[in-house]
Amino acid sequence: MARITYLEAIQQAQMEEMILDSRVFMMGEDIRCNVFGTTTGFLEKFGEARIRDTPISENGFIGAAGGAAIVGMRPIVDATISSFLFPAMDQICSIIAKSSYIYGGQARLPLVIRSCLFYGNSNAAQHSDRPYPMFMNMPGLKIIAPSNARDMKGLLKAAVRSDDPVLSFEDSTCWTNKSEVPDDMDFVIPLGKGDVKREGTDITVIGIAGAVNIALKAAEQLAREGISIEVVDPRSLVPLDHELILRSVRKTGRAICVDPAHKTCSAASEIAATIAEYAFEALRAPVVRITTPDTHLPFSPHIEKPLYPSVARIVDAARRLVGAGTPVPA
Amino acid sequence: MTAVGDNDRGLEKYLRMQRIRQFENKAEAIHAQGEIPGALHTYAGMEASGVGACMALRDDDYMVGNHRSHGHPIAKGAMLRPLMAELLGKTTGICKGKGGSMHLSDFSMGSLGETSIVGSGGPVAVGAALGAQMQGLDRVALCFFGDGASSEGAIHEALNLAAVWQLPAIFVCENNRFGMSTPTSAGVAGENVADRAHGYGIPGVMVDGQDVDAVEIAVREAVDRARSGKGPTLIETKTYRYGDHAVNMGRELTPRGPDHEDWLARDPIVLHRLRLLEQGVPPAALDVIEAQVAEEVDDALSFARESAYPAFEEAFDHVFVDRLPIPEDVLAHA
Ligand SMILES: Cc1ncc(C[n+]2csc(CCOP(=O)(O)OP(=O)(O)O)c2C)c(N)n1
Repeated sequence: MARITYLEAIQQAQMEEMILDSRVFMMGEDIRCNVFGTTTGFLEKFGEARIRDTPISENGFIGAAGGAAIVGMRPIVDATISSFLFPAMDQICSIIAKSSYIYGGQARLPLVIRSCLFYGNSNAAQHSDRPYPMFMNMPGLKIIAPSNARDMKGLLKAAVRSDDPVLSFEDSTCWTNKSEVPDDMDFVIPLGKGDVKREGTDITVIGIAGAVNIALKAAEQLAREGISIEVVDPRSLVPLDHELILRSVRKTGRAICVDPAHKTCSAASEIAATIAEYAFEALRAPVVRITTPDTHLPFSPHIEKPLYPSVARIVDAARRLVGAGTPVPA
Repeated sequence: MTAVGDNDRGLEKYLRMQRIRQFENKAEAIHAQGEIPGALHTYAGMEASGVGACMALRDDDYMVGNHRSHGHPIAKGAMLRPLMAELLGKTTGICKGKGGSMHLSDFSMGSLGETSIVGSGGPVAVGAALGAQMQGLDRVALCFFGDGASSEGAIHEALNLAAVWQLPAIFVCENNRFGMSTPTSAGVAGENVADRAHGYGIPGVMVDGQDVDAVEIAVREAVDRARSGKGPTLIETKTYRYGDHAVNMGRELTPRGPDHEDWLARDPIVLHRLRLLEQGVPPAALDVIEAQVAEEVDDALSFARESAYPAFEEAFDHVFVDRLPIPEDVLAHA
């Protein structure tokens, strides 16, 4: 065990999997110069053939990763910021998601496409996307969105070992957060298994990626008011751990889904619908979504910050759900 | 390796071109009777392009194709039964009935997909070439794409990437004069797609796409370059699509030009037959091939007809390695 950051967890996961399996290699823009700190020491250790800087050509090199995977390699693509996946929608959606299916299982595409959710820091609308919901609507892609260093490492290692294509969405608001992370080379967290991050009895708060940490803070504050929050972190969005979510909601009877994505068709929407469909009889109150509204993200921090899910919005919603008023300061 | 003019190779080319032509003629006939669902994108007129190119490849070389997918696998040597079964949507089809006419891709022949999103095969071929290079295999990857596809960004990105990394890739633009209803001149700037090679610093080669030997020679040179580490080549086969964009489009989409009859007069199979006869091949040898292919096609059709349709559950296979759960309410009404 060591206490490391989310970014260090990414670095470790990649390093270990590259040591363990010579078919694993990395490609992406400017990865040799290690822009975000997830490939520290890689070039020296693995050489230029396995640490490949690409042209600025997302559709080309992400598709090439798909082709390399089909012939037996196991690429990790560092697509840097998730907004840059959009030029590669062609290869991701038409080739990578569908080649196994359309050719009747003749092809397998064991590759990982990593990108970060780069929101909340005045990068304006074109760099601040949280686009995982779009990909949740495309069968054939597994999706992880970890909220802490331990999960990041375990899930990324599982993703590299998976024979299915996996998209890893890494929340930049978690980058410097530290947690205890096993250094066992075979520590993996299975794809599709969620985690209860805090147990509680009154309300289930399901958080997506960085929203888990906001939910944990809100839970802390609400505990002081006597409201007991259970925080559930699905960790993987595809497959989604329905069982864990439903079990928790059946226990608490109330659910808040917190998601940094835009509201319409968000992961929160999918989870809310699942709860409404399968746990309706357990609900004591409507399911609430706390998301980013369906506007774009502006540059100016004064109007950007309030758009995201926050502790205050969760606390308000929780109080409403249990019928509690705002406590009057003594 | 035997020479291009070698009799056995000449006959093999004749065999493969005959297979494509007769396979498609049969497919069109039964399509008209409603036995094949969906559209049929026929390759007739382009047989020399596919067969010439694939004859320059080894069995273990890779190939990526496009929506006009019937010719490529047969050119690479695929057997007809699973291809015909696929057209009929049967579980014995090469793609288990999930791909159909636009996706006849036989991976056992080195195919890595016949992809129907125009231009999308380019990056896949680049990746296969990269994989081969990284694995220390001396395989090459060949990508077929159309003149229409040459306008797609994916093709530019693939060419650029292959050139930057000097990968063992061969790009074969099958210029059949049209993209759907759009003549090449209205969709492609500049005289020739092959001219674009200069921009990438790689060889660009134009070849008579109705001459199977000429295509083989051009592609062989590119394959040799690729295999010896000298990087990619862009080849343009000047060819012609006899049929409309696809069978089942409702009405004729292709605006034929004044050169239509000239193209039909240069049928690649007839041209090759004449050449073989000139080289002293007895006509009977060619007749035997034609008869043999007719039998293969009949056999493939019987096989396809006798095969079962996929079980409904198979719709949930191969999304991921593990079968997806099947929703009961859907299953109840399947
Ligand atoms: C990205 C994309 N755009 C449009 C289409 C519709 N479409 C299918 S084939 C075709 C023409 C392609 O022309 P070309 O590449 O020259 O191949 P050809 O059909 O002539 O063999 C078009 C426009 C498509 N399948 N994919």
